[in-house]
Amino acid sequence: MEFMKYTFDVEKDDFVRAGEASSNIKRTLRELGIDSAIVRRIAIATYEAEMNIVIHSVGGQVELEIDPNSIKVTARDRGPGIPNIELAMQEGYSTASEKVREMGFGAGMGLPNMKKCTDRFTVESVYGEGTTITMEILLKAGD
Amino acid sequence: MIQNVNKLEMKYMVMKYTNGRAQTMKLCEIKDILKAEVLCGDEFLENEVSYAFGSDLMSDVLAYVKGRTILLTGLINSQVIRTAEMADLTAIVFVRGKRPENDIVNLAKQNNMILFTTKDSMYTASGKLFCNGLEGINLD
Ligand SMILES: Nc1ncnc2c1ncn2[C@@H]1O[C@H](COP(=O)(O)OP(=O)(O)OP(=O)(O)O)[C@@H](O)[C@H]1O
Ligand SMILES: [Mg+2]
Repeated sequence: MEFMKYTFDVEKDDFVRAGEASSNIKRTLRELGIDSAIVRRIAIATYEAEMNIVIHSVGGQVELEIDPNSIKVTARDRGPGIPNIELAMQEGYSTASEKVREMGFGAGMGLPNMKKCTDRFTVESVYGEGTTITMEILLKAGD
Repeated sequence: MIQNVNKLEMKYMVMKYTNGRAQTMKLCEIKDILKAEVLCGDEFLENEVSYAFGSDLMSDVLAYVKGRTILLTGLINSQVIRTAEMADLTAIVFVRGKRPENDIVNLAKQNNMILFTTKDSMYTASGKLFCNGLEGINLD
């Protein structure tokens, strides 16, 4: 498998199209014949990151990179950023609005779940500039 | 009182470990038990599930649900279908007689899902399935 890269735009507050990037990424990985348990882990983590861009940011992108050794997803947005990453990482912490909660989000489980689903997970955020989340699953021979 | 608890627990254990593993349930049985209407995917009625999970919190579904599980929910937006898609869930029951709009049903069709709607509330629907031997998921 050679190196591949795909980029998907994610719009703020677009709850109709929200999830399309993750859906495309899931399909791409399945078509490459990646092990279904790994596809599922990446799909869940990507979807959580995509929904966070829709819900909490002004908009951004999700990027998929595949090479023979790993699958990497980067979720990048243009702001506002996370003021306190440690707090945001705590299970149950959420600033989601009532409207978003009524749609089934805002349990404060997304970031911890992204970490749980992936082998490598980083959050970088500058308040006023934006947030970048990287998530990687390492592939072994046969995956 | 203690005796009652033990009896109930016994009943649960017997139910849970019949044949040494969780019982599976056909989707057509679920349809009958909940007097549910199929909104799409009736070609999957012979498929089976091992567990059920009831929630209106999509992040909880994403964090905890694995394997062949049917989702019961009171939400009917497109994110329910997306969540199920990501978590490899293919059967959803909408409770309290809720019905998603056509484009949401179409999204489910594209993902080879079966959708049901039942008049029962979340509690009643869950209770009926549990009494008939369908277990909840294991939380670890
Ligand atoms: N991309 C982002 N930009 C700005 N703030 C964010 C971003 N992602 C997360 N946050 C902040 O971190 C908090 C926790 O995020 P997390 O995904 O864990 O929970 P949530 O999105 O609130 O709820 P859930 O994911 O369970 O639906 C959010 O409520 C928000 O305040
Ligand atoms: Mg989130």
